[in-house]
Amino acid sequence: MANATTSSNTGLGYSDLPRLMTLMTGDEKHSFSATSTLDVLWVLYNRVLNIDPDNPEDPGRDRFLLSKGHGPMAYYAVLAAKGFIPVETLPTFAQYDSILGKHPDSMLIPGVEIGSGSLGHGLPIAAGMANGLKARGSGSRVFCMVGDAESNEGSGYEAIAMAGRLNLSNLTAIVIDNKSDATGWPGGIASRFAVEGWSTADVDGRDHGAIHEALVTPHSDRPHVVVALVEPKA
Amino acid sequence: MPTMRERFTAVTSELLDSDPRVALILAAIGIAQFKDTGVIDRHPDRVINVGIREQLQMGFAAGMAKEGFRPIAHTYAPFLVQRPWEQIRLDFGHQGVSGILVSIGATYDEADWGRTHQAPEDVQLLAMLPDWRIHVPGHPDEVEAQLRAAVTDDINVYIRLSTQTNDRAYLASGPGFSTVRTGSGDAPTVVAVGPMLDVVIKATADLDVTLLYANTIRPFDGETLRSVLRKPEVVLVEPYLEGTSSAEVSQLLQTTPHRILSLGTSQKENRHYGTADEHFAAHGLDEAGIRNSITEFVAQRVPA
Repeated sequence: MANATTSSNTGLGYSDLPRLMTLMTGDEKHSFSATSTLDVLWVLYNRVLNIDPDNPEDPGRDRFLLSKGHGPMAYYAVLAAKGFIPVETLPTFAQYDSILGKHPDSMLIPGVEIGSGSLGHGLPIAAGMANGLKARGSGSRVFCMVGDAESNEGSGYEAIAMAGRLNLSNLTAIVIDNKSDATGWPGGIASRFAVEGWSTADVDGRDHGAIHEALVTPHSDRPHVVVALVEPKA
Repeated sequence: MPTMRERFTAVTSELLDSDPRVALILAAIGIAQFKDTGVIDRHPDRVINVGIREQLQMGFAAGMAKEGFRPIAHTYAPFLVQRPWEQIRLDFGHQGVSGILVSIGATYDEADWGRTHQAPEDVQLLAMLPDWRIHVPGHPDEVEAQLRAAVTDDINVYIRLSTQTNDRAYLASGPGFSTVRTGSGDAPTVVAVGPMLDVVIKATADLDVTLLYANTIRPFDGETLRSVLRKPEVVLVEPYLEGTSSAEVSQLLQTTPHRILSLGTSQKENRHYGTADEHFAAHGLDEAGIRNSITEFVAQRVPA
């Protein structure tokens, strides 16, 4: 299996992402959310996910679910850099006829697995997808990105518990921790997953090498969580 | 006669054995029944008990649907529909995938357990969402037909099981309304939904009405209703929140002066335990109450 998004012909790389993000203008209230995810998203699409932008519905692809749909500019920039969407769509951000809203819509954007925005929906769906893939005997993997504040949602807890019981080894959750949740996490975010049987890794959310290593860490008998710490939300 | 729930358990188990696309997502309710049929042991990857986690139940089922499965999610109506309504709305509809929801505990089936286990609002909640097929069966044979059809389909389907049943099944070739009785040219048309049919038959035995039976209430079969309508007067008798389908009738007859009587349970919380029959009587949905309401409705006609 390939371990990265099939190379696109855009010629765009990580250094282009800030410029691509500036093409999306408007009254976006989640700029911290957008920048917090940037590096993990890049590492995922550049080095981890097996997805072909020319065949985004390939049943054998890896699945990536952006559960924290807030501030998707980084996501859109990465999708453009990797050839899933034309760069020319970026300036249409949030316009009536645009495919790019302030929360992504999977029915409009090629390669986007779920429409998100209402928090707490991604991980339950990801668990069901991971279970479905296992039931089908598929080797595809499911990655789901959530936020530390999003992790307050009870539905996320429900999924964390069940994924652990089902030993969904094809599921990886990524928690972007920008210290924006309401009450803090005694013992750390990863401990909430560990107690339910997940393997865990805490990484610097700006260190591409560490992110990559954490994302590809073998976890053959259980789901895996990567907690990516980034600068605190101002 | 087996109950609707027993028929659902038997047919679902058979479908799990015969169709590898079918998955059953439970939330603690129904475990004992499906253990008895053996499907939990035979299909551990497709029969999943998520525990009492109904939000997860919906998201998990939708995730299975995204991977090509036809999930059936099952638990009590208030927990299947009312509690995770946002998950139903977004995880199925918004994501463009579909599944089958099958509830027990319709309206006041579990009246003695109190308000927490009463579910008169479920149909109206699902009817707010686009493209749901909503079945309100009145007989176990109807449950079987609706479930088998739902598994082969790829739309969102709700099947509302009840402990209240009619004496006979109406197995139309499609999901449309069935004509039970045709009245005179001056007769109002009564639409009896699901388990309300038998009591409506009794209540209208000596009244001049055209009587339709509906065990699928969405999509609303306006075509059949219009075809039998002698006079633009419609009486809806629904075993859940009153008015749930009155907008459908209003839209159907928007170019015709018409009158509608919507019978169902009122919004007011009835703080009593007891039986479903007692609660339906309290809401005027027993034989005498329905008869009185229809008689009064006819008497209120404005003379031509």
